[in-house]
Amino acid sequence: MRAVTWQGRHKISVETVPDPEIVNPRDAILQITSTAICGSDLHLYDGYIPGMRAGDIVGHEFMGEVVEVGSGSTLKKGQRVVVPFTISCGSCFFCEKQQFSACDNSNPSETRDASELLMGHAMGGAFGYAHLTGGYAGGQADYVRVPYSDVGPVIIPDDLPDDDVLFLSDILPTGWHAAVNADIEPGDTVAVWGCGPVGLFTIQSALLLGAGRVIAIDHFPARLRLAKQLGAEILDYKQVDVREALNEMTGGIGPDACIDCVGMESHGFTPDNILDQVKAQYYSVTERPHALRQAILACRKGGRVSIPGVYGGFADKFPLGQLMEKGLTVKSGQTPVQKYTGQLLKMIQDGKFDTTSLVSHHAPLEDAAEMYRHWHGEQNEYTKIILKPGLEKGAIEAKKEMAHV
Amino acid sequence: MRNFFSPSAGRGTPDPLALAAVGAGLAFAGIGYAFWRRMRNAETDRDDIATDAPHWTLDKPSARALFGKSLLVNRPRTDLFAAWKVERFPEFMENVVAVEPLGGGTARWTIKGPMGREVHLVNSITESIENETISWQSEPESEIANSGEVRFADAPAGRGTYVTLILAYDPPAGKLGRLGAKLLQREPEVQARRDLHRFKQLMETGEVTSSASPSARKSESPVEPHI
Repeated sequence: MRAVTWQGRHKISVETVPDPEIVNPRDAILQITSTAICGSDLHLYDGYIPGMRAGDIVGHEFMGEVVEVGSGSTLKKGQRVVVPFTISCGSCFFCEKQQFSACDNSNPSETRDASELLMGHAMGGAFGYAHLTGGYAGGQADYVRVPYSDVGPVIIPDDLPDDDVLFLSDILPTGWHAAVNADIEPGDTVAVWGCGPVGLFTIQSALLLGAGRVIAIDHFPARLRLAKQLGAEILDYKQVDVREALNEMTGGIGPDACIDCVGMESHGFTPDNILDQVKAQYYSVTERPHALRQAILACRKGGRVSIPGVYGGFADKFPLGQLMEKGLTVKSGQTPVQKYTGQLLKMIQDGKFDTTSLVSHHAPLEDAAEMYRHWHGEQNEYTKIILKPGLEKGAIEAKKEMAHV
Repeated sequence: MRNFFSPSAGRGTPDPLALAAVGAGLAFAGIGYAFWRRMRNAETDRDDIATDAPHWTLDKPSARALFGKSLLVNRPRTDLFAAWKVERFPEFMENVVAVEPLGGGTARWTIKGPMGREVHLVNSITESIENETISWQSEPESEIANSGEVRFADAPAGRGTYVTLILAYDPPAGKLGRLGAKLLQREPEVQARRDLHRFKQLMETGEVTSSASPSARKSESPVEPHI
């Protein structure tokens, strides 16, 4: 089959690799119909996530048709399913508590040692995301093997097109989880750093969960425009001092909840970020957490900080005293996707979410290398890319040419 | 070499070499201090201080390698005790080639060692308490002298069972040999820890977890697990 592979920093190539096979009874094999490139794939692309090996198949946002099942799978051939990026067994202590992303069994015994060494406890397994999370092949490919297929995959009714439901795999539940973690009270002011796909779903989720207003922060005009369309007030940090603006918009107290949808590669020409950039060049730090530092300083006393943004290791100049003195509550973590998929699928069917206006491009799997370059370098024009194994090489569709806009 | 404080170093920019020297000095001082603390601690008689730490976690110098690992398994104690039997070992003990019962609770084990070698152990069960513990001790003809114990205890709040595996052995080539075996991933501690995880996976999910999947690396098969 053809698959998108990571070959090193800023090196992505589409290669012919062996087809996946059923290994365990609960496995299923999918033929991929749609697979998106995630913001967190850029952390792999930039080489900041430890534990990648040349030749790894990437991609953790995917859906497709069931083509083969093991004896323990509850899926049937021909079903259309969306697969959560988190691999979860459904029966360990963590899965029973619905903390699916912390699954204690999905990271195999061979790979969990390194993960345990780095994090203190081994992370749960995930598709296409480094060997610290199991080294499972990802879904940016013609086919993928799905372990524990009786627990994760969401069966999709025939009348829902791929674009409406694909994001159940990661970014919609991640945005929802980010807003849930912000413990929003009715009428709250919620500030969201980053208007990438997760940020845009966080904005929608915060409003659905009762926020009075959402203030979104970014610097790409196209992304800020999308945020505004979805009901957020917007701040371009190139035009204002974000903390001053947030204070002035909230009578001096600051937002009740601050959500960092940026993660480890903050943009911005600020002294702390420049220093982080220099250190990151020499791998003396992995984190460039400017947005998180700002969120902690901006948050009101006694407020909540939610961190869906991905971080990989140790951070410098973390405002710990500020966190403590202001009495902030912090919640974070990889999303327990399986906890939310049923509820969110229903909400999609009820028209509660705009899942399509952020999609800027459909592209063939074969053009993945080019798409990663655009996704990395042209974040204003490329707001979300969906790869389609079915499309002929070169058949790239930009938003204005797509049927649904 | 430029003077750290001289104006020629340029507007207060520290000389990287000088900084490195300061850093190395600090690290050296830190290591010295740690040794000094350790020596002082060794002089103090601590035996009268009670501890609730499991004995295998205590930092005690010994020529034997001692290792213990405890895992929460979300299944009743009786199920797990029943599953911990020789006939099922090949399902989760990856490094065990064969277990040959010799009668009277004694068995001859063939285990994968470093660099394709096989190691033969002869172990006898010294105690077995239903649903609680199984202990063993090696016989003189065993190639590696070892003893161990597996314990099953109820976890609190209905969470299942704490399964604990404790293993002590005389490393055939001393501490260095043990380190080498660890690097080759064929050291009993590494093997036992991984086997215990496989036991947990098998008991909780019905299968041993595998990330076996395709990659663009020619040497790998899509059905074999790889690191």
